[in-house]
Amino acid sequence: MDSALAIHRLHFAFTVTYHYLFPQLTMGLALLLVILKSLAIRTGKPVYDEAVRFWAKIFGINFAMGVASGIPMEFQFGTNWAAFSRAAGGVIGQTLAMEGVFSFFLESTFLGLVLFGEKRLGPKLHWFATAMTCAGAWLSGFFIIATDGWMQHPVGYTLGPKGEIILNSWLDLMLNPWTWWQYAHNMTAAVVTASFVMAGAGAFYLLLHVHEEHARVFVRVGVIAGVIATILMLFPTGDHQGMMVARNQPVTLAAMEGHFQTMNGAPIALVGQPDMDRLTLDNPLVVPGALSFLTWKHWAAEVKGLRDFPRDTWPDNIPLLYYAYHIMVGLGTILIAITVVAAFLLWRGRLYTARPMLWILMLFIPFPYIATTAGWITAEVGRQPWLIYGLMRTAAGISPRVSAGNGLFTLLGFMGLYMILGIVFLWLIWREIERGPVGLEAAQGGH
Amino acid sequence: MESLWFCLVAIMVAGYVVLDGFDLGAGIVHLFVARDDRERKQIIGTVGPVWDGNEVWLLAGGGTLYFAFPVLYAASFSGFYLALMIVLWMLILRAVSVEIRNHVDSPLWRPLWDVVFGASSSLLCLLFGVALGNVVRGVPLDASGYFFIPLWTNFMPGADAGIIDWYTVLIGLAAVAALALHGSLWVALRTAGDLSTRSRRAAGRLWAAVLLMTIVITLVSFRIQPHLYGQFAKWPWGYVFPALAVLGLGGMLVFIRAGNDLKAFLSSCAYLVGMLTSVVFGVYPLVLPASPHPEFSLDIHNAAAPLYGLQIGLMWWIPGMILAGCYSVFIYRHFSKRVEPE
Repeated sequence: MDSALAIHRLHFAFTVTYHYLFPQLTMGLALLLVILKSLAIRTGKPVYDEAVRFWAKIFGINFAMGVASGIPMEFQFGTNWAAFSRAAGGVIGQTLAMEGVFSFFLESTFLGLVLFGEKRLGPKLHWFATAMTCAGAWLSGFFIIATDGWMQHPVGYTLGPKGEIILNSWLDLMLNPWTWWQYAHNMTAAVVTASFVMAGAGAFYLLLHVHEEHARVFVRVGVIAGVIATILMLFPTGDHQGMMVARNQPVTLAAMEGHFQTMNGAPIALVGQPDMDRLTLDNPLVVPGALSFLTWKHWAAEVKGLRDFPRDTWPDNIPLLYYAYHIMVGLGTILIAITVVAAFLLWRGRLYTARPMLWILMLFIPFPYIATTAGWITAEVGRQPWLIYGLMRTAAGISPRVSAGNGLFTLLGFMGLYMILGIVFLWLIWREIERGPVGLEAAQGGH
Repeated sequence: MESLWFCLVAIMVAGYVVLDGFDLGAGIVHLFVARDDRERKQIIGTVGPVWDGNEVWLLAGGGTLYFAFPVLYAASFSGFYLALMIVLWMLILRAVSVEIRNHVDSPLWRPLWDVVFGASSSLLCLLFGVALGNVVRGVPLDASGYFFIPLWTNFMPGADAGIIDWYTVLIGLAAVAALALHGSLWVALRTAGDLSTRSRRAAGRLWAAVLLMTIVITLVSFRIQPHLYGQFAKWPWGYVFPALAVLGLGGMLVFIRAGNDLKAFLSSCAYLVGMLTSVVFGVYPLVLPASPHPEFSLDIHNAAAPLYGLQIGLMWWIPGMILAGCYSVFIYRHFSKRVEPE
């Protein structure tokens, strides 16, 4: 791999992975905030308002980090991927500009009101501001997924005489089926992350016997939202996302599954290590026929193996793709099991005192983040060697004049800066968790 | 259609400079006009609820530029690579400093983030000015449609100029002065008590600096980029833009003296818009002049996206920006009271 290409890829991969740690929480949490605020208005109990205030503060810190680390994403299309921007800017510039125009203005305006305006707005308008913040966050997610969806599955374009990509149907761009399934899958994953964070924080307080009234609300809302979201993540969203890959990127599917040999009734590998020298999967543990069934809904269907695709269309890091995908699916399964058991205990009225389950909820806070990150690695490494699937190779998209040396300089700069910010962030979040949910006066005293 | 989008992008940039300009400027001056932590908090209080929305103008403007003029976006962003990365780092530090300053009540924590806020704001203003200077001076575009210039070479705006040379630094310093003035007028407008008075006095002193810089950069710019002469000679109505800047500059002096903070601030807005549109008008129809090979310059036609995208873009862009304008008006009205010292 040419080293400038490697640096530019790493540059984007590092900054986007770091960035997405924050929006995945804020998008999910925005929805949970609307739920908590609705409960506050319906029941009139102060505990819900205090819960909203507490989580709004966590939201605010995450939102600031998301904005700060998000600005470089838009810029990097131009700075590091100039050839790609030049070719495709007329298409994906649309979705990126729409994000700015439709969601950022909405989100930034109403978040200011959510954080600083509760007293002046009154409960109904404060609910409205919370809902609009949520709408802004979810719209923002949509436009980004629409951008990625088009890169995964380009639609609505024609090629000009010099090979330039010309948008010819805006509607097709918006209605790209890939985008909608990926969006649904991604947003349910964001709700899963937020649910685990909320339930985990509640479990932490319950285990310590502090703030118990609030903690029960956190655990209850987190577990109920979590069980719904984890199941939706598997079916229908994950299932359809997988079928999209099978139909449109069959070589990616084969690589994800470590499926080397074309066969009827293909098995699915639960465990195994892809051996790229001998083109086999070592130490496989398989479920016979399952891959055929999942991709074609028919146990004996043929699934094409990697060996039967031209080598220059293979994703360029198959082991990474394989592991990322298996980590996502494995963790997703565990998350479903946890939320189902927790929901059962909640229904039986035993969850708040079931200490082993509370321990699990608390310790599992990081895992949805890992699963989501692994999912995005699957999507993006799986798209390789294409930048725009079938249209433009990744190697053709980098900025032709930005050297590896300049790229490495700024990559190291980002790493250093993000490390410091990460430490400050964790410390601030820890302070808020330690302080816990408190009354209105104390909560707004800091501003 | 290309000209229309050129104007819309210019409006976005002007919106960004006027809006984020005052919080950048407040960032520059807050270390000097505020005497203690209580007053700094007052200043942060005037920008806290709105800076984020102001910065969205940069993002939305960048996005608009991206889809309307993708060739320009690609060439300029990769060509100014290092300067833009520094801009990004400063934007990040600034966002973080203003958001987390008030989270911890400690005599070490707050001054640290105040200095970060001040330094990043100053450097951003400088770099935005430098960027404008680069656009006026021209960049070494070649037949490939790309260029790359290092941060600095010999500090001369000649054949192998860097991003930073004496001319672009001059424009950068002018931008720092103008936005510091803009920011101090904002602080004067939106705070109460001593701080407001002191800020108004600071604005008076900054005004003299801005006047001087304006004269110098105007004279120098016409020497550096002769294209500017032709424009104003060809379309004399274009003189309304510099006239707006002059009016704004004069208005500021009158209203600062009269103690009318709102009108002084609005005059500053007029000055900034006037200066910016003068440059934009002077360069038009070019969007990025090439130097030393002017035949490779990017203009609104060879840098624009195909027609269909530009047409469909209008369909959502206009309603979207009207909505965005409504939110802005709403939030500025909501937070329109002067911030009192606690």
